[in-house]
Amino acid sequence: MNTKTITCIECPVGCRIGVDMEGCRVVKVSGNKCPKGEKYAISEIENPMRVLTTTVAAEGLGIRRLPIRTSAPISKANIPEVMRVIRSVKVSRPVRVGESIVKNVCGTGADIVVTRSVD
Amino acid sequence: MAAAISAHESGVKDILLLERDLYLGGLLNQCIHTGFGLTYFKETLTGPEYASRFVERVRAIPSIEVVTRAFAVRLTGEKTVDYLIPGHMVSVRAKAVVMATGSRERTREMAHIAGTRPAGIFPAGLAQRLINIEGYLPGKNVVIVGSGDIGLIMARRFKLEGAEVKAVIEIQPVTRGLVRNVVQCLDDFGIPLYFRHKIAHIYGKDRVEGVDVVRVDEEMREIEGSRFSMGCDTLLVSVGLIPENELIEMAGAELDKKSNTPVSGRMNETSLPGIFVCGNSYKVYDIVDTVSACAENAGRMAAGYLGKVEQQV
Repeated sequence: MNTKTITCIECPVGCRIGVDMEGCRVVKVSGNKCPKGEKYAISEIENPMRVLTTTVAAEGLGIRRLPIRTSAPISKANIPEVMRVIRSVKVSRPVRVGESIVKNVCGTGADIVVTRSVD
Repeated sequence: MAAAISAHESGVKDILLLERDLYLGGLLNQCIHTGFGLTYFKETLTGPEYASRFVERVRAIPSIEVVTRAFAVRLTGEKTVDYLIPGHMVSVRAKAVVMATGSRERTREMAHIAGTRPAGIFPAGLAQRLINIEGYLPGKNVVIVGSGDIGLIMARRFKLEGAEVKAVIEIQPVTRGLVRNVVQCLDDFGIPLYFRHKIAHIYGKDRVEGVDVVRVDEEMREIEGSRFSMGCDTLLVSVGLIPENELIEMAGAELDKKSNTPVSGRMNETSLPGIFVCGNSYKVYDIVDTVSACAENAGRMAAGYLGKVEQQV
């Protein structure tokens, strides 16, 4: 059995979490102060996920860049590909916070949603 | 915005909200990353999302008048505020004033970094604005001095936009930022973080060409023979924030010269009756949820002050 210590990124507390593993599978999580920590630790070992935030080009809206996020965490491995796809996205119509502008980006199951309203 | 809303909820009938930018939300608009709102809204939001929740609440309150592109240039102890809007200057007399002027970044000059003065040296928050608001990538090969949260977050931001991030250099033995930002901004991208190191020299004539990095001992003295060079075209400086309090100083409020924050007996007060300070201008905070709570307290205190003034009349 292998043991690893990781730092939880779910909130500003930053718990140090001990993870016992058998191969690539987590068998025990310790040191987390809340249930989010256990979920994070398992995912971090078995398939690390992140919410990606960046901007896309805005045209004719009074701002140059429109901030966006993925609607759910995506696998870390998909981030470079999603960044490439986002680079060609341009928004030129008014949008509201939470509006989806790309569905199921790169097959991740997550949408690209805008995080700022513009009229 | 939080102070205006809480003043309204505490019974204040006539509120003027001045903002120097084109839109409300301040720095949050350029903080496009997540991690805001866990305490306040019980969910993790990006900066613009967090701001928009407050914008919607402010817009729904008719007694809060919002003026954007309004640059406050003068404040007196009698609570007269002068502000510039495009074309002219306006003077208003208030019964109570809440300052939410935020903070500004410490610069390369304040960190005493030796060397030339080429283009390519940016405070980290300015670089953040250039990328996230203006849409410019200010460099392709970056060294970051200081491991504050903005510096860490910009390391990831540059990396995502295709730039190389050579290293983060921190003079202290621990990070100044949140541990989770070290994990998700540096470790995720394999960016090295050098503790107990500092920038010894900046090179370059027109544009930054590189820096010398040196290890320091416990008294921050350079350790001989530990100097090494790093090529880069950009140096980001993330070495802390200074509360912006020049207007209340102009009005005659007492400031602590070391921290540039108001000296007062109670939270959010100044030495001038009826003038309150909240958010990063009161004290530099790490987490925006705490800033909102602080601002709400200031709004309530301003309302309480107005109540007392009206009783006396």
